[in-house]
Amino acid sequence: MTRLTGGLIDREKPLDFTFDGRSYSGYAGDTLAAALMANGVDLIGRSFKYHRPRGVLSAGSEEPNALVTLRDGARAEPNTRATVAELYAGLTARSQNHVGSLERDLLAVNDLLSPLFAAGFYYKTFMWPRTFWEKLYEPAIRRAAGLGALSMEPDPDAYDKGFLHCDLLVIGAGAAGLMAALTAGRAGAKVILADEDMRPGGRLLAESDLLNDAPAHEWVRAVRAELASFPNVRFMPRTTVFGVYDHGIYGAVERVADHLPTPGDGVRQTFWRITAKRAVLAAGAIERHIPFADNDRPGILLAGAMRAYANRWATLPGRAGAPVAVFTNGDDGHRTARDLVAKGVPVLGVVDTREDAQAFGDYEVFRGATVTGTRGRRGLRAIQITRGATATWHDVGALGVAGGWNPNVHLASHHRGRPVWKADLLAFVPGADGPKGLFPAGAVAGRGGTASALADGVRAATTALADIGMTAPKVALPEASDVPHAQAAFWHVPGKRRAWVDFQNDVTVKDIALAHTENMRSVEHLKRWTTLGMATDQGKTSNIAALAVMAEQTGQTIPGTGTTIFRPPYTGVSLSVLGGGDTGKHFRPTRLTPTHDWAAAQGATFVEVGPWMRAQMFPRAGEGHWRETVDREVTAVRSAVGICDVTTLGKIDVQGADAAEFLNRVYANMMATLKVGRVRYGLMLREDGHLYDDGTCARLGEDHFVVTTTTANAGAVYRNMEFARQCLWPDLDVQLISTTDAWAQIAVAGPKSRALLERIVDDTDLSNEAFPFMACAALTICGGLRARLFRISFSGELAYELAVPARYGHALMERLAERGADLGVTPYGTEALGVLRIEKGHATGAEITGQTTASMLGLGRMVSAKKDALGAVMSRREGLAAEAWRLVGLKPVGGDGPILAGSHLFTEGAVRTLDTDQGWVTSACYSPNLGRHIALGYLEHGDTRMGERIVAANPLEGQEMAVEVVSPDFVDPEGVRLRD
Amino acid sequence: MLIPHPLLGARDAQEFTYLGDASLMDRPDPNGPEAEAAFCDYVFLRDNPAGVHRELWFHEQGDRSWLVVTRDTVTHEILGAELARDVKRGAQT
Amino acid sequence: MTFSGLRVVKEALTGHKGWKPLWRNPEPKPSYDVVVVGGGGHGLATAYTLAATYGITNVAVLEKGWLGSGNIGRNTTIIRSNYLLPGNQPFYEFSMKLWERQEQDLNFNSMVSQRGIINLFHTDGQRDAYRRRGNAMHLSGADGRLLTREELREKVPFLNFDNARFPIKGGLMQSRAGTARHDGVAWGYARAADMRGVDIIQNCEVTGFRMEGGRVTGVETTRGTIGAGKVGVAVAGSSSRVMAMAGMRLPIESHVLQAFVSEGLKPTIPGVVTFGAGHFYVSQSDKGGLVFGGDLDGYNSYAQRGGLPTVEDVIEGGMALMPMIGRARLLRSWGGIMDMSMDGSPIIDRTHIDGLYFNGGWCYGGFKATPASGYAFAHLLATDTPHETARAYRFDRFTRGHVIDEKGVGAQPNLH
Repeated sequence: MTRLTGGLIDREKPLDFTFDGRSYSGYAGDTLAAALMANGVDLIGRSFKYHRPRGVLSAGSEEPNALVTLRDGARAEPNTRATVAELYAGLTARSQNHVGSLERDLLAVNDLLSPLFAAGFYYKTFMWPRTFWEKLYEPAIRRAAGLGALSMEPDPDAYDKGFLHCDLLVIGAGAAGLMAALTAGRAGAKVILADEDMRPGGRLLAESDLLNDAPAHEWVRAVRAELASFPNVRFMPRTTVFGVYDHGIYGAVERVADHLPTPGDGVRQTFWRITAKRAVLAAGAIERHIPFADNDRPGILLAGAMRAYANRWATLPGRAGAPVAVFTNGDDGHRTARDLVAKGVPVLGVVDTREDAQAFGDYEVFRGATVTGTRGRRGLRAIQITRGATATWHDVGALGVAGGWNPNVHLASHHRGRPVWKADLLAFVPGADGPKGLFPAGAVAGRGGTASALADGVRAATTALADIGMTAPKVALPEASDVPHAQAAFWHVPGKRRAWVDFQNDVTVKDIALAHTENMRSVEHLKRWTTLGMATDQGKTSNIAALAVMAEQTGQTIPGTGTTIFRPPYTGVSLSVLGGGDTGKHFRPTRLTPTHDWAAAQGATFVEVGPWMRAQMFPRAGEGHWRETVDREVTAVRSAVGICDVTTLGKIDVQGADAAEFLNRVYANMMATLKVGRVRYGLMLREDGHLYDDGTCARLGEDHFVVTTTTANAGAVYRNMEFARQCLWPDLDVQLISTTDAWAQIAVAGPKSRALLERIVDDTDLSNEAFPFMACAALTICGGLRARLFRISFSGELAYELAVPARYGHALMERLAERGADLGVTPYGTEALGVLRIEKGHATGAEITGQTTASMLGLGRMVSAKKDALGAVMSRREGLAAEAWRLVGLKPVGGDGPILAGSHLFTEGAVRTLDTDQGWVTSACYSPNLGRHIALGYLEHGDTRMGERIVAANPLEGQEMAVEVVSPDFVDPEGVRLRD
Repeated sequence: MLIPHPLLGARDAQEFTYLGDASLMDRPDPNGPEAEAAFCDYVFLRDNPAGVHRELWFHEQGDRSWLVVTRDTVTHEILGAELARDVKRGAQT
Repeated sequence: MTFSGLRVVKEALTGHKGWKPLWRNPEPKPSYDVVVVGGGGHGLATAYTLAATYGITNVAVLEKGWLGSGNIGRNTTIIRSNYLLPGNQPFYEFSMKLWERQEQDLNFNSMVSQRGIINLFHTDGQRDAYRRRGNAMHLSGADGRLLTREELREKVPFLNFDNARFPIKGGLMQSRAGTARHDGVAWGYARAADMRGVDIIQNCEVTGFRMEGGRVTGVETTRGTIGAGKVGVAVAGSSSRVMAMAGMRLPIESHVLQAFVSEGLKPTIPGVVTFGAGHFYVSQSDKGGLVFGGDLDGYNSYAQRGGLPTVEDVIEGGMALMPMIGRARLLRSWGGIMDMSMDGSPIIDRTHIDGLYFNGGWCYGGFKATPASGYAFAHLLATDTPHETARAYRFDRFTRGHVIDEKGVGAQPNLH
């Protein structure tokens, strides 16, 4: 166990964990990476392409190398960065992307073959023989590719989704973010301070610099306490703001329980949608490395990360006691050497590319030198330092690499704003075209020195608050200073061996040079050709180095070579939390009809109809096959009386002096002439002339109509009618309200329906003379319950629809069942409803597909030529007027058998091609009344082809059937029954 | 996105249903000359600007107002929102 | 230079010193027989076909950014020919046949991978609609199969069969469908066109059309005036903007469609699966990322980015359909600008201006059409007659009333 002194770990709380089945121990406050390091485990994973041994590179969420599969079973989480996984008791982790053991990965053979696998090689080969790609090459590539594996089991944890609102969102709780939050908190602003780490402080926790002459974490603790005392400030640790969306909306994920063995009864993570009036982006900076030969071995870290491990976690990689070296192009690397010396770590020295480098302490400086090679298969053992023509090998256990810092501009470029190059910083900072209301502060803005960042946090918060009319108080800054940060523009060490730029995806300097040779010079081409920046770190550790190498190739500047746009999310976000837990049955809301419980009590089976659950059928004991049930229900309607909940049909109440005129403009057929107390079937067209929806329109009073829509279009028709009312004809005196949920509506259908209804209506004469077909009335039933009765029929039988306030729907159903028992009243479901309507040739969604014209249904004459209405003009266009398809009935010729809906129609003997295709079967069923299968379909000129024998072909399932063209009105075509 | 509803203040765009270009309010005269051609333009053709766009949103999960929202299609910045019926009436007077 | 495995081995042994640029960076000539505006998949495929099939090699492709920077560079890579309507299906089947020989035609491995697509259905009505569609596919010479729930369980056992809000009842499968490496398609066409003499001119934005006597004679660009015998515009996503320079209004709106990719995972999903009761479709790339998407955000946009509600909607759909993906992470999301046409189908046609031709309106389905679109557009440019599979893609279908509306939602682009 390698632990240094100090650190922000709780040595009173040891935690046991396992990695690849071996047991280890760390402390509370450790990350998995820190704990592994402290246990001397430096080899953690394998790279994507060459399966190179890899260890920890960073100390944060930018980690490209140290990826593990965390947890077991259904909770297994692949590709987890060990550098941000908090240690908890019993943590289990496994390495990934190897065949055989991590130490002896058989796929490491790829590394030996790496000359074959240069950038873009796969575009140039695997083309012959043609079928080998899918059969041989691709499966092999797919097996080798990928990183971790999913468990293939559903995620057992719970997730939540929430909304937050604030005046100021502060992203990042480092020096700048804490000062920004403090400033805004004292100003009384509603503040959210979010940080991805387990505790606030950011880089302050990793550095040894003092604030107010004390360790920085003491100052952080005081600020945290003050923030906690403000009711207007919410500090959210373990919360990553992953994306910036329009109008100040930010996506964030809070890892509520990832640091615990299990979430218990709580949620694992919460997805927050934060609406912020303004935001401060204080996300810090990410250190970059310097590509040099064999720079990817375990034990080679970013120098700043090395400092973080030493100062915060009291650990270092490498063999115990082995010296540590630093390779830098600027002052920053010297901070690492200084801190390590202070911790008593043997320091070989700092290899600085600059001739004039100044030491920060008592250690050797190799001035004007570079690291030009490394040794150590599974962990760094030695480095080669070259100065001029002299190269020397030195034993080391670890190497820190300091190439400068890249401001974390990611969120600032989520709206496609381009970062701008700051030559003095040798880095991109957010441009002026970033998201509105987002204020970069601290290291993000290129002001990364401790004192600068603290001051910049105050400045950014003050500016942001002023933007929304709030005044920030003067806030005193703690005593701090900026350490020197001079830096040379040194980007990579030239050499013949491979020098990694993108570690995870194994993209080297040579690959970039090859991309240049092959004219993949645009940054986007470079990325796509080499896969650079496409790894799980999204190029956080590689993009800028790659730009620099490409700039060298093209002879242009770095900003002249390009930049890349960062896209959400900032770091990987679990799909579970983005789904917010709306899984399984909770995927969508479920709407239940008012009689749902009644139907369930009757043993109904239910079917999903859009968001609704509708009773599909009501099986009885002894009915072995579903068709026995449906046949019985259909027969009951045709011979006695059936009852069916039709509440799901849309209902729109239309009132006003101009209601009739309005409906006349909305319906294609004439509605203005409808008399009070009568119902009319209506067709609505889209403005393009195609059939939109059908339904009934009932006039309850001079100024009062009730219209129905299909279930599927209930929302859309209402919206469209509101469009007509508000956007086309706002001067008409008419009001609309959707009453679909307000009224329960029950179809009472069959020859005994009148007899049944007469038993429950109060004082209303239902005789055929007094209440004929297509009559309607507002009345009372059951001794005073207000109701609406419509004599309309979908089944072709004598039938009514009875509407009562929704809360009485259940009682009405019970009453109808009870009072109609001796009449043989039978509840029926959607299956029987479907058979009844097919027997009558009534269209539903299978026929009104949005591609349908009125004439296809044989209703062309309903489109009134005497008036305008939505869609009327366009329905007369040549293409629609000439539409040849007509709805026909079909029945099998010869033996009976099911005609499958979706079959296509052909004349007998015709070859089966799209050109000879004459139509299709829309709906089909077994008709218990006809004692055979029947179907509806569209057939070219079908209305003139009655009696013709054609073929319903279903080559998809290798089946076909001879059918006869008949009228779609299979039952009672004269319509006697419904008028009886 | 947030839509500044003229009656209700800023509302999440998720409460709304989008239709399209506000020119859909300018339904041609069905009895005018070349009515069919005018309707074809009205129904099918759009300016589709990259920039300021006046467009129709329906506050479906709200007060059921149709709004004319002026929005930049490149930046998504919203420059204003009015009740469609006011816009239509204003155009008529 | 011919690409082959042998060549790769030879270069590997000699330090990769022999590779050449995949295409030249030519200066624009004063004029060309044909100028193709748009260096995306369709424009490059057009130029390639003009040269390779119609022998017209004095061709320039003008691209305002880097070639392949439009929707070919930002899609979810699905190829399929599983359409319903006779105006569409033969065209997409033609495209599928071109995909099947693309690598050999282009001498470039664009990784066409026919791993199949399954469109799930959840109601009897959806099943019937898919049977109708599957039969249309068969009638056009394409393949298709209706899978039962049991067959699905075998092929894609990880779907939510047991606790779904909308139970999975079966699926329509096309085995020849699959995916292709989208950037590779652009590069393959670019390289093959360049080898045949086509000038691909990047960073060259068209700023206007030159007209003489009602005829287009060239284009104004950021790199000067370029004369042209004919100009073909293939700039889906920017169609309205470009054609406005010729004074045209189009039956097109621009909408943003978001797409998503997860971190790399070992093989999980065999082919393409589309959810029939939510907005979600998914495949897995050769690199291991789950590539998925859903519905449009739904409002006009040129911003190439979308909003959170759509992110949530798409991923809710994914979690509902295959809850085992929950522990994977979203790596990257992005938005592309779709040319959403008024009937959901594309346009490949002449315009009322002599010499100016238009290809666009691909909605969110342009990638799979790339080979056939290029072929049909080249055919039109070369012969002034529509290709036999693209005859329905005319401008005047809207006015005449012959729309190709697969979804049946009418002239509202965000619903297609």
